[in-house]
Amino acid sequence: MTTLTIAFTLNGVPTSVAIDPADRLLDTLRYTLALTGTKEGCGEGECGACTVYLDGLPVNSCLVPTYQVRGRRVETVEALDPRALAPFERAGATQCGACTPGVVMTAMWVRAHRELLTTHTIRELMAGNLCRCTGYDGIVDSIQTVLGERV
Amino acid sequence: MSVLLPRREREALELLASHDGDAVPIAGGTDLLVHWPVRLEERGKTYVDLSALNALKPLRWTADELILGGLTTYWDVIQEPRVRKEFPLLVEAARQVGAIQIQARGTWAGNIVNASPAADGVPVLMAYDAIVVLESLGAREEVPLDRFYLGYKEMRRRSDQLVVAIRIPRRPYAYGLFEKVGSRRAQAIAKLGLAVTHCEAGWRVVAASMAPTIRRCPAIERLLEERAPVRGPDDLLPAIDRDVSPIDDIRSTAHYRRQVMARLLYHDLRERCGWP
Repeated sequence: MTTLTIAFTLNGVPTSVAIDPADRLLDTLRYTLALTGTKEGCGEGECGACTVYLDGLPVNSCLVPTYQVRGRRVETVEALDPRALAPFERAGATQCGACTPGVVMTAMWVRAHRELLTTHTIRELMAGNLCRCTGYDGIVDSIQTVLGERV
Repeated sequence: MSVLLPRREREALELLASHDGDAVPIAGGTDLLVHWPVRLEERGKTYVDLSALNALKPLRWTADELILGGLTTYWDVIQEPRVRKEFPLLVEAARQVGAIQIQARGTWAGNIVNASPAADGVPVLMAYDAIVVLESLGAREEVPLDRFYLGYKEMRRRSDQLVVAIRIPRRPYAYGLFEKVGSRRAQAIAKLGLAVTHCEAGWRVVAASMAPTIRRCPAIERLLEERAPVRGPDDLLPAIDRDVSPIDDIRSTAHYRRQVMARLLYHDLRERCGWP
């Protein structure tokens, strides 16, 4: 196995890590860097459980080869304020929890980019995060609550 | 698996040339990584990572053209208000590719060279008469997108060539339509797709998931040019049968695809063409 070492900014902290060229960002985060908040769901870019921000945009970390984040900014669910979860819990928008880290990541990105709501609905922006327990009304309601709050 | 990390376009072209067809360029990775962890044959491959070639990222405008870079993503296009105004079908199609997580990573050039018959980006590019710009060491070649595909996953790109740009002529369009029929509204792969435009250059009708490649439909286009009488969806079937050859597969059936293509075309074009 050929390894390479890459440097990037992880949750605001300069980070350097040795990787295999076949490693996906998801694997590097969970197994090399022990940030297990990011979940693997489908592993093929459909469910959004592994959503992280890459240079500020939500991406599926299962579809990012780790070598592509060299010199870039990655943020994971561990960087979020834990209070971000409360509206989802209150609205019953969490159940088994597998989708929740990804849902909250996309939701917080929507909150930070409210201008998107002039062209997109919440449902369209959340379409890349699948939930198989709660249904989507609770998730959409919580995001509406979050958008209404001044934080 | 090994990866080469060029910093400039020229370096990437040298690597592609020196690897004699064995090196695979990788950009957003949204197609290449889907089977990556499970396919053993991936392990022997060499990739040339394009992600550091920042010069290929921006889209730009000239007096006559919109030029997408080799690394321009769907999200880059969705975010550009001028594209929404002049080439609305690009934005409509981009918004139906997966969801934000895929749109942020997937590139238009990647959609072209992945050569899926079910691509969402290729039909609208083809309906706007896009030209694929292929660069290799010391040579540049331009191929109209509607002549780029030769057969299923076969195309006019040599392994030492990189898609560095997609040129789209700016024209006043009188009509534009994009339809994607999938199992659901997001995160779906097309059972069939349609892109239709009309401008001074004439009608363009492009079908997805109806043939081994995305392709134009010359018989339908001729019927529209000649204002042939059409009394209902069934009148379109003979032209559809000349243009495309849908199959039964995991996502749909040939029968459904053919019927739905006729009905969509009829209902969408009815008013525009004065059909009863």
